[in-house]
Amino acid sequence: MSQSHNQSARKPGGFGGKGGRGHGGPGGHGGPGMGMPVEKAKDFKGTLKRLMTYMRPFRLQLGSVVLMAVLSTVFAILSPRVMGDATNVLFEGIMGKIQGVPGAAIDFDAIGRIILYLLGLYLLSSLFSYFQQYLMADVSQKTVYNLRKQVNDKLSRLPLKYYDARTHGEILSRVTNDMDNISSTLQQSMTQLISSVLTIIGVIVMMLSISPLMTLIAILTIPLSIAAITSIAKRSQQQFVRQQKELGLLNGHVEEMYTGHKVVKAFGREQQSLQQFSEINERLYEAGWKAQFISGVIMPIMSFIGNIGYVLVAVVGGILVLKERIKIGDVQAFIQYTRQLSQPIAQTANIANIIQSTVASSERVFEVMDEAEEIPDPANPVTIKDPQGEVSFNHVRFGYQDQAVLIEDMNIHASKGQTIAIVGPTGAGKTTLINLLMRFYEVNGGSITIDGVNITDMSRGDLRSLFGMVLQDTWLFNGTIRDNIAYGREGATEEEIIEAAKTAHADHFIRTLPDGYDTILNEEASNISQGQKQLLTIARAVLADPAILILDEATSSVDTRTEIYIQKAMNELMKGRTSFVIAHRLSTIKDADMILVMNQGSVIEQGTHDELLAQGGFYADLYNSQFSKGGFDLEVG
Amino acid sequence: MIKLFRFVKPFWLPILAVLVLVFFQSLSELYLPTLMADIVDIGVVNGDTPYIWKVGSVMLLVALGGMLCSIAASYFSSRAATGFGKLLRAKVFNHVENFSLEEFDKVGTASLITRTTNDITQIQQVLIMMLRMMVMAPMLCIGGIIMAVSKDATLSLIFVVILPVLALAVFLIARKGIPLFKAIQKKIDKLNLVMRENLTGIRVIRSFNRVQHEKMRFDEANYDLTDTSIKVNKIMAFMMPIMMLVMNLSSVAIIWFGGLRIQAESMQVGDLMAFLQYAMQIMFSLLMVSMMFVMIPRASASAVRINEVLDMAPVINDAETTAPATGQKGHVEFQNVSFSYPGAEKPAIQDISFAARPGEVTAIIGGTGSGKSTLINLIPRFYDVNEGRVLVNGIDVREMSQQKLRAKIGFVPQQAVLFTGTISDNIRYGKEDASDEEVRHAAEIAQAADFISKMEQGYDSPIAQGGTNVSGGQKQRLSIARALVRQAEIYIFDDSFSALDFKTDSRLRAALKQETQESTVIIVAQRVSTVLDADQIIVMDESRIAGIGKHQELMETCDVYREIVLSQLSEEEIA
Repeated sequence: MSQSHNQSARKPGGFGGKGGRGHGGPGGHGGPGMGMPVEKAKDFKGTLKRLMTYMRPFRLQLGSVVLMAVLSTVFAILSPRVMGDATNVLFEGIMGKIQGVPGAAIDFDAIGRIILYLLGLYLLSSLFSYFQQYLMADVSQKTVYNLRKQVNDKLSRLPLKYYDARTHGEILSRVTNDMDNISSTLQQSMTQLISSVLTIIGVIVMMLSISPLMTLIAILTIPLSIAAITSIAKRSQQQFVRQQKELGLLNGHVEEMYTGHKVVKAFGREQQSLQQFSEINERLYEAGWKAQFISGVIMPIMSFIGNIGYVLVAVVGGILVLKERIKIGDVQAFIQYTRQLSQPIAQTANIANIIQSTVASSERVFEVMDEAEEIPDPANPVTIKDPQGEVSFNHVRFGYQDQAVLIEDMNIHASKGQTIAIVGPTGAGKTTLINLLMRFYEVNGGSITIDGVNITDMSRGDLRSLFGMVLQDTWLFNGTIRDNIAYGREGATEEEIIEAAKTAHADHFIRTLPDGYDTILNEEASNISQGQKQLLTIARAVLADPAILILDEATSSVDTRTEIYIQKAMNELMKGRTSFVIAHRLSTIKDADMILVMNQGSVIEQGTHDELLAQGGFYADLYNSQFSKGGFDLEVG
Repeated sequence: MIKLFRFVKPFWLPILAVLVLVFFQSLSELYLPTLMADIVDIGVVNGDTPYIWKVGSVMLLVALGGMLCSIAASYFSSRAATGFGKLLRAKVFNHVENFSLEEFDKVGTASLITRTTNDITQIQQVLIMMLRMMVMAPMLCIGGIIMAVSKDATLSLIFVVILPVLALAVFLIARKGIPLFKAIQKKIDKLNLVMRENLTGIRVIRSFNRVQHEKMRFDEANYDLTDTSIKVNKIMAFMMPIMMLVMNLSSVAIIWFGGLRIQAESMQVGDLMAFLQYAMQIMFSLLMVSMMFVMIPRASASAVRINEVLDMAPVINDAETTAPATGQKGHVEFQNVSFSYPGAEKPAIQDISFAARPGEVTAIIGGTGSGKSTLINLIPRFYDVNEGRVLVNGIDVREMSQQKLRAKIGFVPQQAVLFTGTISDNIRYGKEDASDEEVRHAAEIAQAADFISKMEQGYDSPIAQGGTNVSGGQKQRLSIARALVRQAEIYIFDDSFSALDFKTDSRLRAALKQETQESTVIIVAQRVSTVLDADQIIVMDESRIAGIGKHQELMETCDVYREIVLSQLSEEEIA
């Protein structure tokens, strides 16, 4: 939850300046505001270079964008000077009049010419700035589109190992927040940077051409403002860090209290929860307003320094005009230039921060791109025409980490139609077997074969289509119930879907929902119960009609009476299919053709119920201790 | 969004201060060109150098004053905006804490969290921007017009032409742009949704070979978003140059007409220079307003979500007058109770009547969706019944204060939720003033003492947010200890032993029996073995009671019960 708090809106560029200021990309956010701490990339140069390669296909457009930016800026920079000429003509005319020069009048012909010239400049500048933005929209959005697509493609090639090692939020924020950040930077900051730098150079050149002395005065204010900004930014960063910390705490508290709402209510702890909240909220407020205030001081101070320059230019300019060293229109142009100067400087400083954070974002995105992928499918995969479902583990060795081997030399052989029960206490690592069977993880040694074919010789798609899974962690997506069931098999007909739902005993409850099969499951699928979700996933597996089943006798969701029916349906489904059952029910275990007893990630015993009892090992212990207490419920799971 | 601004009210004083300060700041911004005009018209024209220096220093003072005003304004606006955020956050959190489970079901927990955190941060950001930028805009605009008119009223007529043109341009672009910005927000949400589903369902997607399908889904959303973004940015690409052009054309017009006025000697050159700067300021103020384009759709989506929460009234409230306590302790009785979830077609439970007495264990068993959990959620009044009555100690729960009612109950939910803090903090959650001895005792009965003592810091060991650093079974045991420390009259266990291995489970149940001899115990269970010894078993089937009695009785009289038992046990074991 705490991934997206850097959403401070980008500071509007302030006043003045004719450089094309773009508008937010889709996010319109991402860059830290002034004085916010900036995250730095580990390898700034390399990442920036790499980001640039994504823009390669658009180099033609980019080239024209840069050209347009140059042209539009150049024209924008020229215009104050030209406008100053108009003022000069006016002033000269009027001075002539005042001084009583005969026939002195304002030369409207000259002014007309200048104005036409100006009009041309303005039109061109606007036109180029428009095309520059227009082209950039395509370039930046398409670049981000490609980048997003590549990341998504990459994600689909990453092994499960990658997903299991990270939180969803962590991966998600790279694809969304970081991508947003890149997108808006490409859209606005790139062209802004070009025009800002050009403006600074151009303006200084123009100023020098008017008066080197006044230029010196104006430029002296630059280090002053930079010093002011950096000293204030340092202070405000401290406050922003504090604010971020408190915000994290506050979000954590909210998350905890909301998820535990029932418990808070049941134990009557609302008051304590509120009190804790308001304490954090108060601290957040303290840090928050200080951070805002200090960063808010930057602008006024900048503009004051700008104004000092303005005043000095006005005064010195006035005196210079008196000494007839320069003309009044030049003073006017110069004033406009000084105003134009302060803004791109502030912008460049801001953009520098934005670019840093963008490169840091890109680096995180590229990290995903550089992850090791799954071993690719073989070039000529073996397909099993008529799958029998014979599964063998031959000397399989496996561990999630190289140094911690969980399974050493495992040998299992399941013939067609057999049931293999997997038994063991909670957290015994039963999912490990599924991970291996479905080739979510690779074995470290030995092999797994299906109908005699090594699973590594098959394509993953073919392999997985042999399996049907009904697991405890149900997964449904945002869409209709019909779509969710049909997920099991592409192109399933309406009849088949309903038939599958009936087999899974889901048809009844589906029809009690307001929209029946068209009921849309919401984002968290919280509009149906846990048990109902389970039924839907069973229906999905029924529809898929696989050769091998993996099921979890999921007691905590689907149970007792409903389970009887499901059990019946499952028994029907299991006929003729090889089934791996994560077993909770004694009857399943006793009837199984083979029991795998797992503990702490490894298979410690295997055999039939009677064999294992005779062995007198872990399983026998499990089983007997239950009987000695007079109960008979082998609650494993 | 406007609706939310009622919470701005308490901050009227700082906001007023911001307005006044920004007003003075704008004045100073506007006064500078006037002074500059004086330098030109008086100083330069008359060749009066000391005058130029004098006015120059006045200008510096004015600029300094402007800066001070602006800094002070920043101070007040920061306080007001963050204060507003604080207030709104507290309001929402307070409000949500009063919600019953019904409102939580309706909105969804994750969504409520986002609304309380990110959405409010978003709004606060916008308020800051508004106080900084938006407030300044109208003042600069109005001030600029006043100054311009005072310099030369006739020339100001130019604004009569320019301003409507500019306003129209902004309006037209906004009308096209804002809906697109809104659409973008929606499409981003959609893309994130697809992404999230891809992450949570990665195993299912891969096992059903739907990687290609999901890729297409993602690509569709991605393309859609890109398409709209390009459109919006192209429209916005239009805006800036147009605005700049209008502004520049106006300055050209001002020079031309100003020139004519100067020729006619109704105006001075310095005035014209000042006038040009006023015009710029007026038009930039309009530009500032247009900057809000990007922020407003985002913030207004947040505002709508927050308002939804605030407008939602909790369904369950304490009665105005509560009934006096009776002498009874631990009696629970249901009288013809029916309850449906809002919007559901069929009631979750119907016509439920039974009584649970102290010293007895009442077990509830039944299939998924048969209404077991619903039934027990009515006892602590997490929901209100639609028909009938739920009595605790002979009083209708709706006539008791929720606080007092829940104080009698030790509740163990289906999903064990722990909070950040130490282990003993978590157990003490049940009883704030529990002694160390009581905490230890509760942990022992809940079979948690063993694993706690194995931890390095024992009872002071920290629990991470969401209890991620302890196992499911350990969580469940701590959650049981938390209920036991209350010494409650009524204990409710909602399928609370599911994550325990069988040895721990049976030990725990044996210990529990000793501890709860004088309390009423209600257990929801999946397993027949759990309910076997209960004093009464309630069998639920399709929202109704299918039978009440002891194991043997039910085996003889209740078909549903027999079916459940048979499904779990083989013949020999039942005998």
